[in-house]
Amino acid sequence: MKIIVLMKQVANKDAVLRIRGDERWIDDSDVSQQTNESDGYALEEALRTKEAKGEGEVIVCTLGKPSAKTVIKDALARGADRAIHILVEDENALSPYQISKAIADNIREENADLVFTGLQSDDASHGQTGVILAELLDIPHATIVIEVDRESINGSVRVKRELESGWYQWFEYKTPSLLTIQSGISQIRYASLKGIMAAKKKEVRDVEVSVEDFESGQVVQKVYMPLKTKQTQILGDGDAKAGAVELIAKLKDEARVL
Amino acid sequence: MILVFIEHKDGVLNKTSLEAIAAAQNIAGDTGDSVAAMIPAGSDIGLAQEIAGYDIEKVIVAKNDKLGTYTPDGYTDAFAEIIRKENPNYVVMAHTYQVRDFCPKLAARFGKEMVGDCIRYSNEGGQLVFTRRIFLGKLDADVTIKGEGPYFVTFQSGAFRADNAAAGSAAVETVDVEVGDPRMVPEEPFQEAKASVDLTKSEVIVAIGRGIKSEENIKVAEELAEALGADIAASRPICDSEWLPIDRQIGSSGQTVAPKLYIALGISGAIQHIVGMKNSGTIVAINKDSEAPIFDLADYGIVGDLFEAVPTMIEEIQKG
Repeated sequence: MKIIVLMKQVANKDAVLRIRGDERWIDDSDVSQQTNESDGYALEEALRTKEAKGEGEVIVCTLGKPSAKTVIKDALARGADRAIHILVEDENALSPYQISKAIADNIREENADLVFTGLQSDDASHGQTGVILAELLDIPHATIVIEVDRESINGSVRVKRELESGWYQWFEYKTPSLLTIQSGISQIRYASLKGIMAAKKKEVRDVEVSVEDFESGQVVQKVYMPLKTKQTQILGDGDAKAGAVELIAKLKDEARVL
Repeated sequence: MILVFIEHKDGVLNKTSLEAIAAAQNIAGDTGDSVAAMIPAGSDIGLAQEIAGYDIEKVIVAKNDKLGTYTPDGYTDAFAEIIRKENPNYVVMAHTYQVRDFCPKLAARFGKEMVGDCIRYSNEGGQLVFTRRIFLGKLDADVTIKGEGPYFVTFQSGAFRADNAAAGSAAVETVDVEVGDPRMVPEEPFQEAKASVDLTKSEVIVAIGRGIKSEENIKVAEELAEALGADIAASRPICDSEWLPIDRQIGSSGQTVAPKLYIALGISGAIQHIVGMKNSGTIVAINKDSEAPIFDLADYGIVGDLFEAVPTMIEEIQKG
């Protein structure tokens, strides 16, 4: 059983973001980086699947700058067997289709049984790399997967998908297939000291690619702080009861929502 | 043409599709295109008549036995056939979980990608500019699309209002579409938590945060909710403490809502909460801390003790 896990390096969740001079992205030169949250859960699912099968190989694949090597090292230390690093100068200048195409071109020949990705990245938040990749690889996909029935894997796999509003649904997929994993569905393991030592000997294949121009791409023109469109009326001047009287009157007569 | 996707489950409309109709009508106003709606269905469907009551050119029912239950393969095949036939300029959808599942695949089939989860768009000299929220809501990005159509665009729930979808009269056209054998077999959808709550359909929401202080105090908020005919909801700390069940949680790990009226009681307004309610119509914040970020988002704010304000609010509401 061969499993590929796609993982991305993103700006740290709590980082203070500054906008770059050309206003087309953030200035990430001094922003601390981390592995995209849902990608961590994707790796965990892959490792557990391999363990349940008692055999197999977990290959982590990232597309990004040289600094994304920390994502790979961490994944190898947690138990991935080898890695493919698709090196690009600036992944944020690429649109989702370009990213999926570059990944497809470089993992197709692995002929993996399963491809796991996180649900979406916490930076660009397109949520479509995995789905487009599945179409390019001509394999079926499922998004927002919250459980993989590991016992079921045998030419097919049963997965539980999250629908909206508290609904769920199981699907049976033929393999090979691609699953995008929701955050928070398991307890992610830490890298052990032994794992960290072992990781140093694992294969990391660097692939330098020049990504072709994509004539149908979306282009970020400008990045900015969300506009504050609202003028807040503070009512009651510190007197909560007076504010409450005023509020209900305003909701009735001004906002007309009561 | 602007082609709009109408989402349904067993013929029951997903109401965000009406927001998509409103979005498509707006875009059509800018591009001069006509609007058509597309409903995948396993058999004849009454919903087509309901959609025909909007100001669009036609409703296309894409019919095939294999479309009775959603699968990404089936929907993509059906949609691709209609797109090839109609050659739309834009394909517009509401950014639901189902759309997230198949729209990027559909776009990729045409060598395109989706511009997803847009919160608005503007027309700048004939060029449409779409705005997406990125970095977990910390920043916005204005985005243009290169090349020829079809352009695939999805809008976040609440970006357009369903009641702004203009009424009219449209023809219904049924097309028998070819669908390959889906490579996935769906089982019946089910609900896990009993009495699970769908806050996305709520018109009025009273939400509580840490400022409610104790589980016993929740009844104060519940009384207000009752007086308003509102649903009760909460920020994450309240659900983590199990004072309210998880299906009441609003925010990035809970539900995303856009009611007409959202009343935040003792909620500071962390980004994880904001992303779940920012598109609400009228937002009221009651908080002791005048610096709480929730006030940046509120239309009306009361800086003070919610336990003083809420009983007075109930009295005022009941005065009629």
